[in-house]
Amino acid sequence: MLSLAHFLLLGAILFCLSVAGVFINRKNVIILLMCIELMLLAVNMNFVAFSHFNGDIAGQVFVFFILTVAAAEAAIGLAILVVLFRNRNSINVEDLDSMSG
Amino acid sequence: MNIEEIVFYIFATALVIAGAMVITIRNPVHAALFLIMAFFSSSGLWLLLEAEFLAITLVLVYVGAVMVLFLFVVMMLDINIAVLREGFASYLPVAFVVALLMLLSLGLIVGKENFGLQTVGPVERAPASYSNTEALGQVLYTEYVFPFEVAAVILLVAIVAAIALTLRPTRQTKAPNPERQVAVRRQDRVRLVKMDSE
Repeated sequence: MLSLAHFLLLGAILFCLSVAGVFINRKNVIILLMCIELMLLAVNMNFVAFSHFNGDIAGQVFVFFILTVAAAEAAIGLAILVVLFRNRNSINVEDLDSMSG
Repeated sequence: MNIEEIVFYIFATALVIAGAMVITIRNPVHAALFLIMAFFSSSGLWLLLEAEFLAITLVLVYVGAVMVLFLFVVMMLDINIAVLREGFASYLPVAFVVALLMLLSLGLIVGKENFGLQTVGPVERAPASYSNTEALGQVLYTEYVFPFEVAAVILLVAIVAAIALTLRPTRQTKAPNPERQVAVRRQDRVRLVKMDSE
């Protein structure tokens, strides 16, 4: 029988994979954005699993809103990326040091 | 092992493989395609969890819109992959250690002891007449109507922001300038010429 632990562990594996992705692709902004999407997917997996096993629909409503915000975030992130590439001709994170942060 | 577990393990394996490929593959276009595969397999898992509406939304919104946007941007930008891959191997060990430590600590919490079948019992399947979309709509338009409206506003802000960021006025534009049109005076434009008739 499938238990809640199965889905939670799968979400944990997915989240750790995307954290590792942020570490190893720290120069490529596009892959970083994809890793963020993957993290949100892992979180959503937990929400849906809890919603199913607790018999409470509120978890799915939450996933609904996370999907909305994630879509908005991806659109704005990619728009920033396009403007960045237009001005700098590069998407390397190392080049983004004009504010010396 | 019943059919549910077989389906779960197939989709879970596909999901983990796709996730691993997204973060390690060289070409960003292939990474985007593997992310699409990850979304498809997790939507299969959500179907298993009886979240049909969200599973379909994931495919429609993510694969149909967000990932197309990703692919579009990746293909539009002329990026040098070799420069972006610098230091990939040197960051690999630290990433591996961090991910493994996180997985171990998470595994201690969400393992079988706390969330196994003994604590969170098996759930019986909903009857065939149950509609997940209807149940979601029932609460979305009553209890959660304010967050729903806020989500709509967020989407509107995202549209306006994305267009405002990327829109660039071109120099060859033929559009009239209303400000200058209003400020025009008669003596700037009209010149009366006195001349003899022939």
